[in-house]
Amino acid sequence: MNGSFPGAASAQAMISPAERLRLTFGGGIPGTVAVAVVIILLALAIFGPLTNMLLWTVAERWYFPNTFPSQYGFAFWARVFKPTGNAVVSLKYSIGIAVLTVGFCLALAVPAGYALARLRLPARSFILLIFLMPQAFPNIPVHMNIARVFYTLNLHGTVPGVVLVHTLHGMVYAVWIATAAFSAIDRSLEEAARDIGAGPLRTFFTITLPAAFPGLIASAIFVFLESLDEFTGTYFVGAPEIMTLPMLMFRAGMEGNYQIASITALILLVPSVLFMLVVERFLRADVLANVGR
Amino acid sequence: MSSSRFSGFLLVAPALLVIGAMFVYPLTYSIVDAFTVEDGETLRVSLANFVRAFGFYADDIAFTVVIMAISASLIALGAILIGGYITLGDNRFLTRALRVLYRWPLFIPFIVAAQCMRTFLAKNGLMNGVLVELGLLTPMSTTGFLDWRGIVITFVWKQLPFVTLLVAGAMAALDRSTIDAARDLGASKPRILAQIVVPQVMPTLIVALVLSIVTMMSVLSVPVMISGHSPTMLTVQMAFRVNAYHDYATANALGVISYLITGTVAWVYLRRGVAKGGNAQ
Repeated sequence: MNGSFPGAASAQAMISPAERLRLTFGGGIPGTVAVAVVIILLALAIFGPLTNMLLWTVAERWYFPNTFPSQYGFAFWARVFKPTGNAVVSLKYSIGIAVLTVGFCLALAVPAGYALARLRLPARSFILLIFLMPQAFPNIPVHMNIARVFYTLNLHGTVPGVVLVHTLHGMVYAVWIATAAFSAIDRSLEEAARDIGAGPLRTFFTITLPAAFPGLIASAIFVFLESLDEFTGTYFVGAPEIMTLPMLMFRAGMEGNYQIASITALILLVPSVLFMLVVERFLRADVLANVGR
Repeated sequence: MSSSRFSGFLLVAPALLVIGAMFVYPLTYSIVDAFTVEDGETLRVSLANFVRAFGFYADDIAFTVVIMAISASLIALGAILIGGYITLGDNRFLTRALRVLYRWPLFIPFIVAAQCMRTFLAKNGLMNGVLVELGLLTPMSTTGFLDWRGIVITFVWKQLPFVTLLVAGAMAALDRSTIDAARDLGASKPRILAQIVVPQVMPTLIVALVLSIVTMMSVLSVPVMISGHSPTMLTVQMAFRVNAYHDYATANALGVISYLITGTVAWVYLRRGVAKGGNAQ
């Protein structure tokens, strides 16, 4: 976009090399090399820790002072994935809780998002702000006190208790993205359906909901990942009964069992990275432009 | 109230109820609990919990503030440099490489980041191992980074992409005519970045940093897994106070202190933002 005009390049060639270096920091050869070196160092800093984790997932023996594992293999994978293993139980807990959280969040967020996008609510922006509030406070004290309340309600250490905590964190994504998805729909489609005699409910289920579907899928993915990766709330409200994958990873890591911790970390990592690669497909620009409005 | 408004509230009410029960109530509870002590059968307002919190954890409070200040400064600097190069850089290959590269840690969970760093930064971790292989260190002269530096490195590694994403987005949306005008007048890129680009994206940078600081103040896994030393972050001490002593009162006092730290950051930044906006007009 910039600097790619042929005229600009020839104009630069007429000034002295030192001047050109000063003008185009990062554009001259030494500058470009410097920037390239910095980017390579950045890549090492980003992927170094991940590489270390990947090595641990296939390291059967790795002792000081060896830089790399002395024996590779998948013995720990077999141990993690044996049907009676902790990881399989944790995986079931994690996925089950994430699915329930998505269902609960969307059941709350679809009506709320529709109302916020379509009906004239007073204090609309204030209501949207309320859903952001849980992200605006350090949440350890909140989790601590939820746990305390849940003890008295017998919700501590139960799946519904953990789903409720995960729902709290998923709500901002669910409501904000659902609102944006409904806002982005062309209103004339709904009006046309009403004109030819469809009732409000029929219009909603045959016109509005299908049109908002990609946006709702995006919000469901956000909520799913938020639940899958949630640690602090589960630590306070679910432990030790509800061993989700992050809890299992934490325990294995703290016990120094780096193979188990790294394999679990990899299982958690895959959905996150996949999502990063496809998010832009689901979150279309017209929906994205409406987030928070 | 018209019927449309009424049905609108009915549709929003269940979602608001969840926020009320799961957030507003526990938050209020934590504040009330921090400021009261049991006096026989009755509760009375007291600062005793705060006296105890400061008595035991003054070092940890200072540690938390320092870690936040260092991490936020590094994140701001990194986001400006990366966003600035993506916006102003001439080399299309390098800008594209940087754009693809920087966002990788964005969706990686904190707990996974902590586990990666726990192995990578250890005394015998891959980082030191590679430095030894390259001959830059000897096996006996390596030092681990699993202390306050490890916490800062992990926070920056994890939060830099988020802040950069927002800042680079704001930079991309800037009116390019002022940038092109400054370039025509011979201004260098660092100067354009510092004097034209950064002031205009300041509001976005500030919001992103405040959100980042709140996130870092909420993370338990990183300080627990990276550094077991004392002093440590307030998050760890709150969890410890509850798990080891069932002492909710002191833990909630620490919680209120952590609200005050983030609240002060938000307030100072917002006030500065308002003052700047006022001057500009």
